[in-house]
Amino acid sequence: MIEIKNLVKSFPDRCVLDDISADIKEGELFSVIGPSGIGKSTFIKCLIRLLRPDSGRIIVDGQDIASMTNEFALAKVRRSFGYLFQEGALFDSLTVLENVAFGLKYLTDIPGSEYPRVVKEKLALVGLKDVEHLKPAELSVGMKKRVSLARSVAAEPKYMLYDEPTTGLDPVTTGMVKDLILDMREKLKITSIVVTHDLNLALEISSRVAMLYAGEFVEVSEPSRFRQSEHKGVKEFMEISHLSRK
Amino acid sequence: MKHPILQEIGRDFIGITEALGSAALLLRSVFFWFFRSGFEAGEIVKQAVKIGVDSLAVTALTSFFTGMVLALQMGSSMRNLFNEPMFIGTMVAFSMLKELGPVMTSIVVAGRAGAVVTAEIGTMQVTEQIDALYTLGTNPTRYLLVPRYIAFMVMLPLLTVFADFLGVVGGCLVGIVKLGVSPSVYLEDILTYLDIADFMHGFLKTFVFAFMIATVSCYKGLSTKGGAEGVGKATTEAVVASMVLVMVLDYFISALLVAVGI
Ligand SMILES: Nc1ncnc2c1ncn2[C@@H]1O[C@H](COP(=O)(O)OP(=O)(O)OP(=O)(O)O)[C@@H](O)[C@H]1O
Ligand SMILES: [Mg+2]
Repeated sequence: MIEIKNLVKSFPDRCVLDDISADIKEGELFSVIGPSGIGKSTFIKCLIRLLRPDSGRIIVDGQDIASMTNEFALAKVRRSFGYLFQEGALFDSLTVLENVAFGLKYLTDIPGSEYPRVVKEKLALVGLKDVEHLKPAELSVGMKKRVSLARSVAAEPKYMLYDEPTTGLDPVTTGMVKDLILDMREKLKITSIVVTHDLNLALEISSRVAMLYAGEFVEVSEPSRFRQSEHKGVKEFMEISHLSRK
Repeated sequence: MKHPILQEIGRDFIGITEALGSAALLLRSVFFWFFRSGFEAGEIVKQAVKIGVDSLAVTALTSFFTGMVLALQMGSSMRNLFNEPMFIGTMVAFSMLKELGPVMTSIVVAGRAGAVVTAEIGTMQVTEQIDALYTLGTNPTRYLLVPRYIAFMVMLPLLTVFADFLGVVGGCLVGIVKLGVSPSVYLEDILTYLDIADFMHGFLKTFVFAFMIATVSCYKGLSTKGGAEGVGKATTEAVVASMVLVMVLDYFISALLVAVGI
C-alpha cells in the first residue's frame, strides 16, 4: 500500500505539486491523468524518490520514503518497484537483451543462463521478437518504449509505475500494452500506477482515476463516476479528449 | 548594500562551495560502495580498455617525441657549453621519469578518457539512464563510478611506465642519429645517476592524478544538466579542470615527495 500525504514539490521557477494526497491500495490500478506539462512525471518520480519532495509523506508498506536519507534503506524500498520511463531510458551501450536482463541480475535469483529465455518471453509480451542483439539506437521510438516496458516488468515487482505507457505506439501495440498492464495486475497481483494524458486508456483500464490539475488531485474516483465529474478542469479535459478522438 | 561585483563573487563562492560539497558526497559514496559490493568485473574490464588501451597510441606518440625533443635540446645546449653532448641519457631519463612521463600521460588521459567518461555519464544523466539504474536494483556509484575509478587508478600508472620507457627510447634514438652518443653511453648515463626513487617519484604521482581525473570526470558527468548542449559544456569543463589540476597538483605532490626524500 502506498499512502501519499500532503505531497509538495516545486522547481525553482514554479510549484508543480501543491498538496497531493491519495491512498493506493494493494492490487489497485490507479491512473493519473492531466494535460502535458502539468506535473505527472514529477509526481510519479517522487513516488520512488527519483525526485525529493519538498514536504509531505510517501509511505510505502509502512515506511516513509519522502524524508528517508539512508541510501541503503531507500534502495531496498525501490526494489519493490518497477518503473517505465516516459522516454524509455534504455542503456545506449547495451543490447536489447542486456537491457531487458539488466534488472534480473540485481533483483532476482534467476541464473544467467536463463536470461535469453526470460528476455524472449518478456519481449513477446510487448510484441517484439528477434531484436535481442540490436542496440537501442537501431530501434524505432515505439520499439524502444516496448523494450523499456519489457525491462521494467521483467523482475515482476510488487508495484509498477508507468509513465505514459502508450504514447508513440500504434493502435495494435497500444492494445497489446493495455493487455500487458491488465495482465500484470490480474495474474501477478501487481499494484499499478499509470500516468497518462490518454483519457480513454485511463478510463478503460483503471480501478480509479485521478485528475491532476493546478498541482492538486481535483477528482479521484472510479471511471464511471469520473465521467460524471462536475469539476470544470475535468470537464474541459474530457471535452477536448473526446473532440480529438473524433 | 548590493554591489553587482560583490554579488557575482558571492554567487561564484556559493557555486564553488556547493560543488566541493557534492564532490565530497560523491567520494563518500564511492568509498562506501567500493567496500560494500561485489565488483562489476565485466564493467571494469570494459572501462580499462576504454581508458587505458585506447590511449596507448596517443601516449606512445607524445612520449616518444617528448623524449626525442628533450635529447635534441639538451644535446645542443651541452654542445654549446662543453663542446660535446654529455649526460644526455641522464637528463632525458630524469625529466621523463620524474615529470614529463607522468604529467604528459595524465594530460593525454584527461583529454581522451576523461572526456569520454564525462560525455558518457552526462548523456546518461540527461536521458534518465542514471535514474533507470536506481529502478533496476543498482545505483550509478556501484555500476558506473567504481569501475571507472578502478580503471583510471590501474591504467594511468601503467601507461606512465610505458610512456617513461618510450621517452627514454626516443631520446636514445636522437642521441644515436643526431648527437653521436652511443646507446651504451646513453644507458650508462642513466644507470649511474638514477635510482629507483627517481622512478617512484613520478610513478606515485600518477595515482593521485588518476584519482583526481576520475573524480572530476565522474562528478562533471553526474551534474550535467540541459540536454546535448549541457553534455558538451560539462565535457569541456571537465577536461579543462583536470588539465589545470594536473599541473597544480604536480607541484604540491612533488614538493611533498621531495620533502620526504623520494
Ligand atoms: N528538473 C526540472 N527543473 C525545472 N523544472 C522542471 C523540471 N522537471 C520538470 N519541470 C517543470 O515541471 C512541470 C511539470 O513537468 P512534468 O514533466 O512533470 O510534466 P508532465 O505532466 O509529465 O508532462 P508530459 O505529459 O508532457 O510528460 C513542467 O512545467 C516543467 O517545465
Ligand atoms: Mg511526463
